[in-house]
Order: sequence, then structure tokens, then C-alpha cells
Amino acid sequence: MFVYIIRRLLQMIPVLLGVILVVFLIMQMVPGDPAVLLAGEGASAETIAKMRTQLGLDQPIMVQYAQYVFNVFQGDLGTSLRSNLPVWDEIMARLPATIELALASIFVTVVLGMIAGIVSATKQYSAADITIMVIALLGVSLPSFWLGLSLIYTFSVKLQLFPVAGWGTWKHMILPAITLGTAGAAIVARMTRSSMLDVVRQDYIRTAKAKGLRETVIIYKHALKNALIPIITVVGLQFGFLLGGTVLVESVFAINGLGRLIVDAIRMRDLPVVQGGVLIASIIFVFVNLLVDVLYRYFNKRIDLN
Amino acid sequence: MPEQQDIILDVRNLQTHFFTDDGVSKAVDGVDFSLNRGETLGLVGESGCGKSITSLSILRLIASPPGKIVGGEILFKGQDLTKKSEADMRTIRGNEISMIFQEPMTSLNPVYSVGEQIAEVLRLHQNMGRKEAWDKAVDMLRLVGIPSPEKRATQEPHELSGGMRQRVMIAMALACRPEILIADEPTTALDVTIQAQILELMKKLQVEMGMSIIMITHDLGVVAETCDRVAVMYAGKVVEYTTAQNLFANPRHPYTVGLMNSLPRLDEDVEELQAIKGNVPSPFNMPVGCRFAPRCPHATELCNTKLPELLAYADGSKVRCWMYTSEWDGDTKTATEVGV
Ligand SMILES: Nc1ncnc2c1ncn2[C@@H]1O[C@H](COP(=O)(O)OP(=O)(O)O)[C@@H](O)[C@H]1O
Ligand code: SF4
Ligand SMILES: [Mg+2]
Repeated sequence: MFVYIIRRLLQMIPVLLGVILVVFLIMQMVPGDPAVLLAGEGASAETIAKMRTQLGLDQPIMVQYAQYVFNVFQGDLGTSLRSNLPVWDEIMARLPATIELALASIFVTVVLGMIAGIVSATKQYSAADITIMVIALLGVSLPSFWLGLSLIYTFSVKLQLFPVAGWGTWKHMILPAITLGTAGAAIVARMTRSSMLDVVRQDYIRTAKAKGLRETVIIYKHALKNALIPIITVVGLQFGFLLGGTVLVESVFAINGLGRLIVDAIRMRDLPVVQGGVLIASIIFVFVNLLVDVLYRYFNKRIDLN
Repeated sequence: MPEQQDIILDVRNLQTHFFTDDGVSKAVDGVDFSLNRGETLGLVGESGCGKSITSLSILRLIASPPGKIVGGEILFKGQDLTKKSEADMRTIRGNEISMIFQEPMTSLNPVYSVGEQIAEVLRLHQNMGRKEAWDKAVDMLRLVGIPSPEKRATQEPHELSGGMRQRVMIAMALACRPEILIADEPTTALDVTIQAQILELMKKLQVEMGMSIIMITHDLGVVAETCDRVAVMYAGKVVEYTTAQNLFANPRHPYTVGLMNSLPRLDEDVEELQAIKGNVPSPFNMPVGCRFAPRCPHATELCNTKLPELLAYADGSKVRCWMYTSEWDGDTKTATEVGV
């Protein structure tokens, strides 16, 4: 397992190099010259050229890329073109809100999804099962901005239970977390249901019944742990989507997180911030994937060896 | 046949049906047998005749829907299990009546140690604490002949061979010293040498613990080896019930005779083996008369139109066949008529 983790960490390096390159190329292709934007409207060609040299934008793209990678390995993500602050500081100021949002949302995804899935599976074809599965079907296809705005309208504007926007207290977290976590919860619910239904048909569940165990012990002790493997995979995948979704939800709820930072930076052609933000987001993403794989292997080792 | 008070389990006209989209499957539809303390009863018949459903019905483990016990009685120490509450049944399962299954590879939970799986049943029924239950679990593993039981107890099922796993299942089933052990084809999935060891172990533990065994099998060799009495099932019904000795010496029901003829004998050529011709009827669409009639060499008009009852001889043997009644209309008038 240890060797496996080390190998996976080493494999991250080319992946991250690739990510940086792709962002570089994309930013090259989008119209708008950061030098022009920075020098301001109606600046002379000379000023703009000077600005370019200063930013290193006159260098060939591959040289820029190499320089950037070299700096990153020294722990330097560059300086924001807009604020002149180190990109690292800009990101660290925004990251906690995003991580909190992501954790709260994944909590919604896992807890809501698994409870709904277990109820559905244990009461197969009941009214509860059908209701949950219909909601789950809708939940997957619901656009998150629509869900977010509906929740704000209902719970913040009408009922005034939660703040409309911003970040800081647990009250701020609830609606964004539901907005972001619902689609995942719906998928996890469906996966939990099918995985549990598969497990409860297994011979060892019959054995557990023949021992005289009660239903709840059979479901939560004997079945759930076996049903977990595909659920972990789905939760891992959901975490990826969820990180992408933070951008939208941060906009809807006016949360100053990493997603908004990157979006604003793209608008301003603030290349170092875009680059750094995407890099940090990618690192988080790759680590989460690694964590999921390790968990998966842990739960799956008996099956592997069989 | 034994005295009345020796009977620990008395199954009377048990009927378990499955209500499916394709119709009603009468999987078990008239099963009668009684089991005495300390004896081994064989439940024999071709695959699909309802042996497993019968045993799951006794423990009330039939999934409902689609299954349901629609008739009959299961008297365990005089009390009808079909009328017990689910909570009452839970105190019986794994405690007074235990069961082991055909599939040792898949019958243990893959994510818990075998020690934990045995200890769990002791904590549940014997009010043992964690430590005490674990120690008892290790003792049970030793009892069923598993070497270095302390170490084995901590292992998960995938680390054990099929024979070992069946030993673990036996240890688990016997941990609470049940009065009845139901063994559903316990050796079918194992190779021959392991089969013999497992049967030997069960016999030994039966003597030590004084329990009764219901041995479900389609293998008459296993019957000859282990059983005191036998119930032969065909298409959901018991068709013959007698001592193992009687069964081999003097099989009465034409289906039993067919089973005997399909056994390889040392003194005969393999080519002369007679398998029973034809197929088992579909449980969705049973013949109106004797269920064996489409395959029976003696079938008459009476057999095809009217279902024979399970009738008892004076010695307690039972047979479900028109041949042994005064109404018999065929030519082979058999020697002994059923004395009701
Ligand atoms: N869930 C079910 N739904 C419908 N029919 C079933 C179901 N389970 C078992 N049966 C029927 O019960 C019959 C007896 O099965 P079983 O007791 O397993 O036979 P065996 O004697 O081989 O153990 C089978 O023919 C099968 O068609
Ligand atoms: S009742 Fe008739 S058909 Fe059935 S077994 Fe006896 S002789 Fe054969
Ligand atoms: Mg069976």
C-alpha cells in the first residue's frame, strides 16, 4: 500500500505539468492581451511593448512555460497582474471558504444520498422507495443555479431562515451545501440502492438471518460494509464534479472562494492567478482521487485476492 | 418407529408457494416428516424439488413477497413455528435451530473475521461479553478441527479454503448448541475427500452434543452414510418416508425405486444405469393427478386424474402412491397394502 501511494504521488507530476500546459495554451487562444488590459485604454504602443517585456510575454510560449514550471518548483506561483500580491497569498485567502463549501457539500452528498439509498433498498417498491427514486431522478437533472436561486428565494427571502449570501457561519453554509451536494446525493442514493439490493441477495446475508440477527444489524453491519465499494467510487467521482460546481455556487451565493477568484482572473486575463488557481485545484482533485483509490483498495482487498 | 415424546420437530402438510408475475409456484406443497431427538433425517430428491425451500420455511426465512407459507404446521417442541412472531423466531434461529448451507465459499461475510462471525452469534444468544464470546469462538474453531484456531479466528473468509469455511460454518451453527442442525447440501460443493471429513465431523459432533440433524442432499451415498430416517421429496411433496435401512432394502415409491436404479453399482456395468426418464414438472403447472405420473412406468388412469394421499403403514413408514392402496387399478398388485 505504501509503495502504491508513493507511485501514485510520482505519477501526479506529469499530470500536473500537463494541466499547466493546457491552461497556458488555452489562455494563449482566448482573445485579449493582458498587457493591453494592464496598461489601460489608450496606452501607447511603446508602453504596451514595455509591459510585455516586463511580464515576459514577449518570450516564446514554451520558454514562458518552462520558466513558470521552474518557478513553481521553487514554490513561487508568481504575482497577480491585477493586485500585485503574490498569487499564493491570493489563493490562500480564498481557499478555506471553498474547502468548507466542498466538505459541507460532500457531507450532504454522502449522508443524504446513503440514507435515502438505504431506505429505498430496504423498502424496495414501497411508496418511500418510489418517492426517493423520483426525487433522485429530478435531483440529477436539476441545474444547480436554479436550485440555488429557488432555495434562496424560499428559505432566505420568504422564510428568512438563512442569510441570502456570503460566508462565515454555519447558517451561511446550509443552502450552498444543499445546492452543491444535491446532484451528488441523488447519484449516491441510486448507487447505494442498487449496491444494497445486490448485497442483500448474497448468501452471507441469508447466513446472517439464519443466525437470528435483527434486520437493522443485518443492514447496517453485514450489508452496508459490503455495499460500500461502488459507493466510494461514485462519491470520489462526485467530488470532482463538486469542485467544478463550486464556481457556480460561489457566484450564486456571493462566496469569496477559489472558484470566484479564478473566474474573475480569467475575465481580467490575470494569467498567473488563473494558472496558480487551476494548479492548486488540480492538486486537490488529484489528492482526492488518490484518497478514493486508497479507500477503494482497502475495502476491496478481499475481493482482489479471491 | 420411535415413541411420540421423542419427536422434536413435526412438519405437517407444509405448503410454501411463491406468488410471482408468471403465476403461483407451488415449490413446497405437502411436506410431512417428523424428526426425533438425536437422529439424522435425510431430505432427498432431485434439484428443484423443494428441499431448500422446506428448510428455509422451517426457520421462516422465505422472502415475502414473493414467498409465503400458505398451509401446514411446523411443530417444534410442540409449538407451531408458522404462528410465531418474528421476534420469537429470532431467538430460535442460530440458537435452537441452526442452518448451514451448500455454498461455503459465499456463505460467510467477506468483510469480517471468521472469529467475529462466530462470536457475534454467541453475544446475541448467550449474552456473552466480547472477550468471552471471542474465546468461545476460538474454542469452537478448535472443536471443528481447525488448526491454530487463535490465528485462524482473526482471518477473513477469503484466507480459508472451502473445506475450512464449511468447518467455520459448522462452528458458527453449533456455537449455541442448537437442538436441530439443518444442513442444506453441506458437502455438495466440496471435493470427495473433504466431503467425507465434513460428514465425519458432523457425525462426531452430533454424538457429543446430542442434537438432531436434517441432512438435505440429492446424494443417496450421503444418505446411506449418515441418515437414520429419510423423507424422499418429489415436485414439492414428500412421496416416501421411512427408515434409511428400509429405503435401501425395500424402496416402495416408484420414484424412490428410480433413484435407486440410477445409482451406480459395483456389480453392474455403467451402461445399465437407468436414469429416470422425462423431466420434473414445472412448479407453476403441476399435474392434476400424481405428480410423478408423467414419468412413472406404472401410471394408470387413476394416477393421472387423482392425487394420491401420503398414507402410513403400521410401522410409521409412509408412501404416496396409488399402487399401495385398495383402489389400485393397475396390473402389478403389490404385496403390502398400506394399513391405515
Ligand atoms: N423466489 C422464488 N420465486 C419463485 N419460485 C421459487 C423461488 N425460490 C424457489 N422457487 C422454486 O422453488 C422450487 C424449489 O426450490 P429449492 O427448494 O431451492 O429446490 P432444491 O430441492 O434443489 O433445494 C424451485 O423449483 C423453484 O422454481
Ligand atoms: S401413484 Fe401412480 S403414477 Fe404415481 S407413483 Fe404411484 S403408480 Fe406411479
Ligand atoms: Mg437446494
